[in-house]
This record gives sequence, C-alpha cells and structure tokens, in this order.
Amino acid sequence: MRIRIRHQRREVELHGPRRVREVLDQLGLNPETVLVIRKTELLTLDAPVAEEDELEIRPVVSGGGRAVPEV
Amino acid sequence: MRCLKCRNTAAVEVRRHHAAYCGPHFLEWFEHQVQRAIDRERMFTQSDRILVAVSGGKDSLVLWDVLLRLGYRATGLHLNLGIGEYSRLSQEKCEAFARERAAELLVVDLPATYGAGVEEMARLTGRVACSACGLSKRYLFNQVALEHGFDVVATAHNLDDEAAVLLGNLISGNVEALVRQAPVLERTHPALVRKVKPLYRIAERETAAYAVLRGIDYILDECPNSVGARTLLLKEALNLLEREAPGTKQSLYWNFLEKLRPLLQAHRPPAEVRSCLHCGQPTTTEVCAFCRMTERVAAQMHVRTLRAPRPVAP
Repeated sequence: MRIRIRHQRREVELHGPRRVREVLDQLGLNPETVLVIRKTELLTLDAPVAEEDELEIRPVVSGGGRAVPEV
Repeated sequence: MRCLKCRNTAAVEVRRHHAAYCGPHFLEWFEHQVQRAIDRERMFTQSDRILVAVSGGKDSLVLWDVLLRLGYRATGLHLNLGIGEYSRLSQEKCEAFARERAAELLVVDLPATYGAGVEEMARLTGRVACSACGLSKRYLFNQVALEHGFDVVATAHNLDDEAAVLLGNLISGNVEALVRQAPVLERTHPALVRKVKPLYRIAERETAAYAVLRGIDYILDECPNSVGARTLLLKEALNLLEREAPGTKQSLYWNFLEKLRPLLQAHRPPAEVRSCLHCGQPTTTEVCAFCRMTERVAAQMHVRTLRAPRPVAP
C-alpha cells in the first residue's frame, strides 16, 4: 500500500494487509497526532487496510508562539 | 469499531469518552459539544454579534463553520501577518470559505496598515516573531470588535492548546497567566471586548476530523516561525501521556478550571486595567505594548504616522 505522510512530505510503501494501528506503529507515529484517511474516509485504529489501498496520514497538531500572555 | 449511535462502521474514535462514531454521528456529537460549551459558560446568545478570529487553519475555520451551522451571527476576522507565501495562502483559504457560505469576512493587512509584517516588527523591536504576532492578534481582534460593535470575540483554542499552555504556565510558575486562562475572559474595561473559546472541550484531533468530514479546505502548512516552538513540544509530551492514558489532557485542563483556578483567583486581585494614552485600548501600562511596538517600528523605518489618537469607547 502507498502511504502519503503529509507533514513529513514523503511517501512510503508497505506490503501486506494489516490494521491501521500496525501501520502507525511501523511508521513510529503516535495515533493521537494524526488522522488516517483512505480516499475521503476516516479510518479508526482497528480498520483493516489492504495491499491496494492508498492512505493519507494527516497531522492534527498545529500552533506555536503564544509567548505573550493575554491582556 | 462500531458507531455508538447506529452500529455502522466508525470513522472517529473518542477514546477519552470511551466512544466511537460514524461520520454523521461524529458531526452531530461535535456540534453538540460546542453548543454545550457555549451554554455552560454563557458565552453568547443567538442575538449577539460574534467576531470569529480566523487564520485559515483547521481550528478557526471549523469554529466558524459550526457557529454558522448553529445559527449564530458570526463574522470572520482575518489578519494578514505579512509572512510571505504562508500569509497569502492563509488569506485565500479564509476568503474561499467565506465566499462558499456567503459569510462576512473582515481582513486587516498588517504590512499595508502598519508598514511591516510581524517578522519585520519583531526584528525591528528585538522580539521573537511569535511575540509580535501574539501581541498584534490580541490588540487587533479587540480593536476591530470594538470599532465594529461586536459583542464578543471568539477564538478557536481547543483542548490541546489550552492544556499545552496550562502545562507551560505551570512549569514556569506564571501565576498571572494562570489566573487569566479560562474559556471566557470577561469585560474588565469599557474598551475590552469579551473573549470566548467555544472549542475548549474539543481535542485537536477531533477538529481535524470534523474539517475532513465537512470537506473544509484549510491551510495544512504550519507557520514557518512555529518550527521548534515550545507549544509544539508541550503538545507532543501531552500526546504521549494521552496515548497511554486517554483523558489526560481533559483532566488536566478541566481540573485546573474547576479546582485550582478559583483558589488562585481568590488570592490574586486582578491587575488594574487603564486606557492607553495613545490609542485608548486597555492596558496595564501608560502606553500599551502594541503602540510601543508599532511606534518603534515606525521610528526605525523613519515613518511618521499621522493617525489621530483613537477615542475611548463609552
């Protein structure tokens, strides 16, 4: 399966069916910090993914700054 | 995994609530959570005019979308911070969002208005970019709301933002900031508009899921200045805890609000707020930090502003 990791601007190939949780484990990604998308469908950690699937891994963490306290 | 409501295949798991939902039921749950936050904290009513601060990122566009769907009178306010391609794209996302929904969007262009974007302001005044940015945002959100008669300013800070800022303030022992951290900041000065955070009960992962399910087109790139920012490190630490113990972020923030903040408030009288001598906006010093910064920028650039002092609101 082809996996596009948006925040790392890279694509990886994994072979063989597995569950989303295993894909993220293998890529060293914390499930709390990403969404896994197949076409327009959001996948939960237990969802099975097949060899022919194309996945997008999208980061959910944003923000920086806030160095100055509120008025 | 099955949807808690209809038993169809789930799309989003909300581990801290021991729940999972299909797409339509997740959207319903999400909107209900926002409505609950608004009602619980008495943020605003259907008749209030709400100014939503929108950056073009997922959280702020999601907030604007939900408020419009819930029937609130929500106008967007976008600040063009003058950060090159990033700012151009961010503004484009906000404009496209507004156009598609026939919603009103106000835009303040920093370089056009003050002669410099936040990076240049920071450079000319010896600040870091995030400091100039945060200062500009707080000042201009309030100023625009005041001048255009909005009842409240809504920002899209979510549970992850609040938990990370709380952790940072606890680490540095910043009691003043801890006392001020809340889902609602009341009007403590005639020229200070109320500020609310309707997404404070919602995790960042959930706002991203909502954006995907609703097909909201937001800017995925991060601000180039946020690379290595401390908030991101704090979020990473909290997400490691969250992975092992779902609900950690929620417990941290909600327990703070319910148990710790009232104790701090009782022992800390609020700082005296007065009017800035130059612009009339609320400040704790004679001249507010934004006037000091922009005046220094103008002096460094050898520009004289002919702006008259702004009147203080009644």
